[in-house]
Amino acid sequence: MASIASSSLYNALFRRNYTMLGAVFAGAFTFEMWYGSTMDKIWDKNNRGRQWKDIRSKYVEDAEEEE
Amino acid sequence: MLARSCLRSTRAIASARNGAVKITKRAASSSSSGSAADSPLRMNIAAVAATTVAAGSIAWYYHLYGPTAHAMTPAEEGLHAPKYPWVHEQFFKTFDHQALRRGFQVYREVCASCHSLSRVPYRALVGTILTSDEAKALAEENEYDTEPNDQGEIEKRPGKLADYLPSPYPNDEAARFSNNGALPPDLSLIVKARHGGCNYIFSLLTGYPDEPPAGAQVGDGLNFNPYFPGTGIAMARVLYEGLVDYEDETPATTSQMAKDVVEFLNWAAEPELDDRKRMGMKVLVVTSVMFALSVWVKRYKWAWVKSRKIVYDPPKSGNSRH
Ligand code: HEC
Repeated sequence: MASIASSSLYNALFRRNYTMLGAVFAGAFTFEMWYGSTMDKIWDKNNRGRQWKDIRSKYVEDAEEEE
Repeated sequence: MLARSCLRSTRAIASARNGAVKITKRAASSSSSGSAADSPLRMNIAAVAATTVAAGSIAWYYHLYGPTAHAMTPAEEGLHAPKYPWVHEQFFKTFDHQALRRGFQVYREVCASCHSLSRVPYRALVGTILTSDEAKALAEENEYDTEPNDQGEIEKRPGKLADYLPSPYPNDEAARFSNNGALPPDLSLIVKARHGGCNYIFSLLTGYPDEPPAGAQVGDGLNFNPYFPGTGIAMARVLYEGLVDYEDETPATTSQMAKDVVEFLNWAAEPELDDRKRMGMKVLVVTSVMFALSVWVKRYKWAWVKSRKIVYDPPKSGNSRH
C-alpha cells in the first residue's frame, strides 16, 4: 500500500542526507517554476487586454526588430 | 489587636464628622497596621477622589488635545476630491496600457509645453507605452549635449533611448518667468506628491468652473479652481473637448483626456506597480497556504494533548498504604 511507496521514497531520497538535500533543492526549484508560471497565467487572464503584450501587436511594425 | 482596631475605627467614624482632613492626617501618622484604612468611609473617599482625578484628567486632556484645530479655512484647504473607481488601483489589476498610451499622448501634446517629466527616460516607455522604434524616433527628435570632445567643446547629438524626456524650460527661473511667477511642478512623481493622488489631479484638471462663483476672490493672473488649496491656481484650464486626436479613436472628451493623463502620470510615478502587485499576489497565495498548513500541523500535534482525559482516582480508604 502506501507504505511501499513511502518506504521506497524513504530509501531513494530521504535516507542519506545529501540525497535529501538534493531532493529539497530540486523540489523547491521545480515548484518555483510551476508556481511562477501558473500564477502568471492567472494574472494575465485577470488582466486580459490591459497589458502591453496584449496591445503590442497593434503597434509593432517589424516583428523581428522588437526584442 | 482586634479590640484595638475596633476601637480605632469607631473613633475614625466619630472624627469624620469633624472633616475628612483629620482622618487623612491620622492615617498618615498612624504607624500601625492598615486597619484604619479599611474603614468603608475612607475607602469611599479614596474611590471618589481617584475617580475625580481620573475623570478630571481625561476631561483636561480632551480639552487640550481632543478637538481638531483648523488652522486653515475650508477654502485654503481645498475641496476634497471625490473617490473615483480607478481600475488600475485595484489590488490585482494592472495599468490599462492602451490608456497609458493615450495619456502619454495628452502629456506630450498638452502638458509638456509647461511641465517637465524629468525622471522618465525613453527606455522606460519601451515595452509599456511605445515600441522601441517609436521611442527611438521620438528620442531622436530632440538634441542632447555630448561629452566634451578633444577640445573640451560640448556638441549636440540626437537623443537616444537612454536619455530622459526633455524639459520645456532650461531651469526653474525660466519656467517661473514664463508662467507669471508660478512654477509648473515636475509631473514625474506628482501622483505620489499630492494628497488624494489620482482623484485630486483628475478633479483639478476637470474642476474649472466657467466662471468663479459670486464673491470668490481670484488673484491677478490666477484661475479659480475649488480643488486647489487656496482656490487660486496659476494654471488655467488646459483640457478642452477634442484637444487631441486619439489614434485609437477614443472620443477625446475633457474627462477622457484627464483620466488618461492621470493614469499615465500614475504610471510615471510608479512604473513598477504592475510587477509589485503580481509579486504581491504570489506572496499572498503562498503565505496563506503556509498559514493554513501551520494551523493544521499545530492541531495535529496537539490533538492528543487536547483530547486526553485526566482522571483523579482518590485513594480508597481500604487500599491506601500508610
Ligand atoms: C500653460 C502652461 C501649463 C500647461 C499646458 C499645463 N500646466 Fe499644469 N501647471 C502650470 C502651472 C503654472 C502650475 C503651477 C500652479 C500654481 O502653483 O498655482 C501648474 C500646476 C499643475 C499641477 C500641480 C497642482 C498642485 O496641486 O500644486 C498639476 C498636477 C498639473 N499642473 C497638471 C497638469 C497636467 C496634467 C497638464 C496637462 C493636461 C498640465 N498641468 C498642463 C502650467 C501648466
